[in-house]
Amino acid sequence: MYLYDEWDQALVDARVEEFRDQVARRLSGALDEDHFKPLRLKNGLYLQLHAYMLRVAIPYGTLSATQMRMLAHVARRYDRGYGHFTTRQNIQFNWIKLEEAPDVLADLAKVGMHAMQTSGNCIRNISADQYAGAAADEVEDPRPWAELLRQWSTLHPEFSYLPRKFKIAFTGAARDRAAIRLHDIGYRLVRRSDDGALGFEVYAGGGMGRTPMVAPLLAEFVPAGELLSHAEAILRVYNRFGRRDNIHKARIKILVAALGPDRFREQVEAEHAHLRTLGIDPPPEEIARIRARFRTPAFEAGLADTVPEGPAAYQAWVRRQVVAHRVPGYRIVNVSLKPVGGIPGDATAAQMEAIADLAERFAHDEIRVTHAQNLVLPHVPARHLPEVWARLAAAGLAEANLDLATDVIACPGLDYCTLANARSIPVAQRISERLAPIAEALGELKIKISGCINACGHHHAGHIGVLGVDRKGVENYQLMLGGSGAEDTSLAEILGPGFDGEGIVDAVETVARTYLDQRNPGERFLDTVRRLGLGPFREAVYGPSGARRAA
Amino acid sequence: MTSPTTAARHLLPLDDRARPEAPALLLQPEDDPCAVPAGDVPVIGIAFPRFRDGRGYSLARILRERGFAGDLRAVGDVTVDQLLFLARAGFSSVAPDRPIAPEAAAAALARYPVPYQRGRPGEAVVWERRQAAAGGGGR
Repeated sequence: MYLYDEWDQALVDARVEEFRDQVARRLSGALDEDHFKPLRLKNGLYLQLHAYMLRVAIPYGTLSATQMRMLAHVARRYDRGYGHFTTRQNIQFNWIKLEEAPDVLADLAKVGMHAMQTSGNCIRNISADQYAGAAADEVEDPRPWAELLRQWSTLHPEFSYLPRKFKIAFTGAARDRAAIRLHDIGYRLVRRSDDGALGFEVYAGGGMGRTPMVAPLLAEFVPAGELLSHAEAILRVYNRFGRRDNIHKARIKILVAALGPDRFREQVEAEHAHLRTLGIDPPPEEIARIRARFRTPAFEAGLADTVPEGPAAYQAWVRRQVVAHRVPGYRIVNVSLKPVGGIPGDATAAQMEAIADLAERFAHDEIRVTHAQNLVLPHVPARHLPEVWARLAAAGLAEANLDLATDVIACPGLDYCTLANARSIPVAQRISERLAPIAEALGELKIKISGCINACGHHHAGHIGVLGVDRKGVENYQLMLGGSGAEDTSLAEILGPGFDGEGIVDAVETVARTYLDQRNPGERFLDTVRRLGLGPFREAVYGPSGARRAA
Repeated sequence: MTSPTTAARHLLPLDDRARPEAPALLLQPEDDPCAVPAGDVPVIGIAFPRFRDGRGYSLARILRERGFAGDLRAVGDVTVDQLLFLARAGFSSVAPDRPIAPEAAAAALARYPVPYQRGRPGEAVVWERRQAAAGGGGR
């Protein structure tokens, strides 16, 4: 994690006091709800179906053990003993009282955390590859740059009232684990081959939601030292010319698509040519300072790169949840928050504390949250794996299902959310239970479920996507196939007419079994869908005549 | 671009560039700030028909970047909660639809100690403060 200095701390402390004042003015009636709403949203406070929900920022998904323990404390003291990790690598608490919200923020500020800009029409919490700093396929850890951008975007005077929300993701790796092309801006840290200079490949204008788009390449190489002035140029063009007449057409992707990538690029470049002369970019010493405050672990050199043996369940967990680390003798451990039939992304206070203990004792005090709503211990010495597994198992966290059909992503849906048209969680639970017996056979199969068109459950990027809609007052679920949020980004296509809450589970199982029948040896579900197209799946789900109608 | 029809009922200066007179020019959010003959005008107003419309912040910065040194006034639906953003974007006065108490304004403007990004000329950015502190032997 990035360790705050006195200036960072002063800012979050001031923010808590500002929000305390705003809440007091709201409670006294001095502020009306219309003017209070954007203020509470910029502090992550939503009014949901049953209560206020607080979304706490977890910048680039990185937490220390101390921070995780504070989240457990918030869950116990102010909520109902649990929290929900989200597809933006944040955590949401669902049962917060408005009067207590400033106290929650004050507690979070004690450990360098906040809820700033986790909602509202501003630059949101910045996400990143959950393996950053540990991945073997990385140019360099991109998180110091993400932190630089986080600071720059915090209370930005020009970009705090944008046309719409603005989401940014970073990776430094060849494999895209951050879905960078499905963001308003996606950055890939690269090293230029001719001179070794560090810079960013920049994608802009991607996103999911109502109008999903894969971001086009905006710039092949922006020197790393010009990250801020270049971002400022993109945001200025968007702030001035993004649509404000229609909330559904206000994201930057609509502007980029309307102008075309070339004209948008011309405008950004013209703006950047001017902005880069204004001292917006910090000197190299600042990024070096930020990098130092990430406290890179002192990895032991010369460790044997072997994983201890153990019981069968442990071996299966190692095969599924544990991946290579850039340092020999270390491993990245994925911790599933997807027990079969459970609520995706939920963790109890006790589980958060168990993870915090593990991170502190065995994993260099680091925890990551993934956009797939799981957790990661990024720096685990391989020799500790048996004990880590045993302790995870004791906490109910040793499910071995990373990227399997039971590792379902789901938004909170109509169980909590005012925007939702349909429930997501029960559908995720039933799909998980139904496919559990064949999940190993199915292999990598990413199922993503959203309860409305806003796509918090990333259904467009699902190998199998499920979208809940409201049809004449009845929950109806559309089935989509072929999406990917990885480096082979693609958008899922609708298979045909929707289903009710039971029918969608049957349809997903039918699609999964059709894949088992049709796949080539070693072929992933996604690759089978790409090879065959939707036809065979449509026919299996709707029958020969139904498939013709649906096509 | 229009000429304002009514003088602002409330006027709150943000810094010493603020002037008492009404703006000779009132820019709307969609206007092009590069078309403004900035040198001849003592006060330029930028309209905020709704506080959620943030285009005025970009217009203000562009005018300041182009060298406008007079009074830049935010006119319309702005409240105490936007004051710091307005001031840092280059506004020197505010003519809000509803009055803002001067004490509340002063508190809002002084709330955050050091900005994380370049804003007003002469205002130190956080990394400049950090470097100064480091060079001066720490905190």
